[in-house]
Amino acid sequence: MESQPMYLPEDVILKVENLDVKFYTYAGVVHAVSNVSFYVKEGETVALVGETGCGKSVTTRAVTRLIESPGRIEGGSALFRRRSGKVVDLLKIGDEELREIRGNEIAYVFQDPTSSLDPLYTIGYHIHETIVAHKSKISKKQTFKQAVSLLKQVLIPSPEIRVKNYPHELSGGMRQRSVIAIGLSNNPRLFIADEPTTNLDVTVQAQILDLLKSLQENYKMGLILITHNLGIVAEVANRVYVMYAGKIVEEGYLEQIFYNPSHPYTKLLLRAVPDPTKKIEKLESIHGTVPSLINPPPGCRFQPRCPFAMEKCLIKEPPLIEVENQHRSACWLLERT
Amino acid sequence: METIFRLLRSIIWSYAKLREKISPGWIQKNSSRIKEWELMAYAYSRSLIGVIGGVIVLAVFILAVIGPLLAWEPYWEYKIVYDESLRYRGPCLPPSCTGYPLLGTDEWGRDIIAMSLYGFRISFVISIVVVLLGAPLGIILGLIAGYKGGVVDEIIMRITDIFLAFPGLVLAIAFASVLPQRIRGFLEVNNIARAFFSGLFGLRQEEYGQLAALLSIWIAMVIVWWPGYARIVRGSVLSVREMPFVEAAKLSGLSTWSILFKHILPNVLSPVLVMMTFDIATATLFAASLSFLGLGPQEPVPELGFMISKAGGYFPERSSHVVIYLGFILLMMALGWNLLGDALRDILDPRTRRAIEYRLEKEKKK
Repeated sequence: MESQPMYLPEDVILKVENLDVKFYTYAGVVHAVSNVSFYVKEGETVALVGETGCGKSVTTRAVTRLIESPGRIEGGSALFRRRSGKVVDLLKIGDEELREIRGNEIAYVFQDPTSSLDPLYTIGYHIHETIVAHKSKISKKQTFKQAVSLLKQVLIPSPEIRVKNYPHELSGGMRQRSVIAIGLSNNPRLFIADEPTTNLDVTVQAQILDLLKSLQENYKMGLILITHNLGIVAEVANRVYVMYAGKIVEEGYLEQIFYNPSHPYTKLLLRAVPDPTKKIEKLESIHGTVPSLINPPPGCRFQPRCPFAMEKCLIKEPPLIEVENQHRSACWLLERT
Repeated sequence: METIFRLLRSIIWSYAKLREKISPGWIQKNSSRIKEWELMAYAYSRSLIGVIGGVIVLAVFILAVIGPLLAWEPYWEYKIVYDESLRYRGPCLPPSCTGYPLLGTDEWGRDIIAMSLYGFRISFVISIVVVLLGAPLGIILGLIAGYKGGVVDEIIMRITDIFLAFPGLVLAIAFASVLPQRIRGFLEVNNIARAFFSGLFGLRQEEYGQLAALLSIWIAMVIVWWPGYARIVRGSVLSVREMPFVEAAKLSGLSTWSILFKHILPNVLSPVLVMMTFDIATATLFAASLSFLGLGPQEPVPELGFMISKAGGYFPERSSHVVIYLGFILLMMALGWNLLGDALRDILDPRTRRAIEYRLEKEKKK
């Protein structure tokens, strides 16, 4: 590895550039993530939005190097500022250093809290294990005390009893809270939540989101939120990346995306969100389906479904074009102005 | 049934109270665990075959522990030297007949009940130890193969296939016929090992030649015993390692070893545990067959298979009582473990357990 100086602006903790992930399946090479770049600042909530199968999860899994065969990270870099201030490339560091970072500086919460807890261990043990993996000299008593205080922070009632409970004894919302507590156990700098509220009902969703928001403020950590729910995005995010078919099609601050969407996909997506104050005859939807990522067509990937498609869209892929400050969008429509 | 449940529950609670005394608050903290144990005890006590199996296994265990101390006739004394008529004497059941051994004698005029007490210890020790040594070997190899995948998996599993393809008994015979000389030499010079193994098998130290034969059966069986475990564990690991909690463990920064032993092994252990109980039965019979074929210890060690083999020469006119009695003992040892394993499978399988839990709920409501 060349010792190229890795530069990262002061307040940025994660900067992913030109990430490329391919899956080598029997059906062909699936280009799941192509040329994705994004960054996360300290204390900021970044939302990755997109429909199912657009590569949101693959992106964050690639950042934590959780892509397994037949998937392969083909290129790009993921610069991460460690707690010590050292900047490392997550895609290139050795396994031992990666292990040190995982669970300690980067926490990851999965979509399904039920299966991401080992049914054989109590919640307290999960937290204990995560702490012990990174601090060698700590007694079981201390970690369990810490576990109780963590469970208290994620608003689990009577944490002294819950800490000794097995996952099957908890409700769905409590499991998700416990998973978040496990993630917090080492004060991570970056917290990745992969659709943390998908399996929960709306009231619990709201509670979990409030919780994530307040925890983020307390811990001053960067939060990457993966979701397909624009309501959630509006609720918590600072900046938004809209993904489509393995690419980022629009990026910008929350207000920019919501009030001035410039990519046709984002526009259609926002129109598809029903307004609860109006009575609607028919739900809006975007025609067509996501294209196959095996040999995607040249040109813009949204072009088959796009109502504004032009000839140019068929031939050449649009780059990210600046709309306004920090707001960029990958569409040829913007080139004219 | 009810009494057995009560007995098991009182054992659980006395353990819990003991822990409570050592560290106050233990019962309250571990109430989930105690509930789980109670449920297991309940599920076990409801299964008739499980209870029967458990009783047989317990009886065999007790006899194996105290048998050699209890045996009223030393196995190294040949009674026929004083009384030729004692050779293969039939059963002598009171009240019509008194003064002779109850179930008859073997070819040297020894009481076969006393001899079988020695045999219990030998069979029990061999079968348990073979499984306890062979299973971990297979489990570790299976874990590594299943978790690492790729080339490592291929190499380990192909070696396993070779062992599985080769008939186990033949392989064990090959090992058992080569090993004794070397082990004999080792036991000749090493006093501590000699004392340890003779104590373990309930034999005299002078019999180190026979001890060597027993140990070689032992080693031969361990060598052929692991492949089944490697295969079953690898299969289970392949499904467990895809579970999100394994990924979550990886993302918590756990090392590969702690993921393997803390998260994967406990989740694949229940089929292995069931297989182990079944295998203890098989190992008992396997060891008896090896010594039946003459590969085990020789005179005067009262090994069950060896004694049956000798009685074969006089079968059925003079020795049928020996064959029937010793055969029955072997049958019981194997049957006990099999029944216990069957019940364990029901208890450890979440699907059948659910049915038992449901029944428990219903009974509580009544």
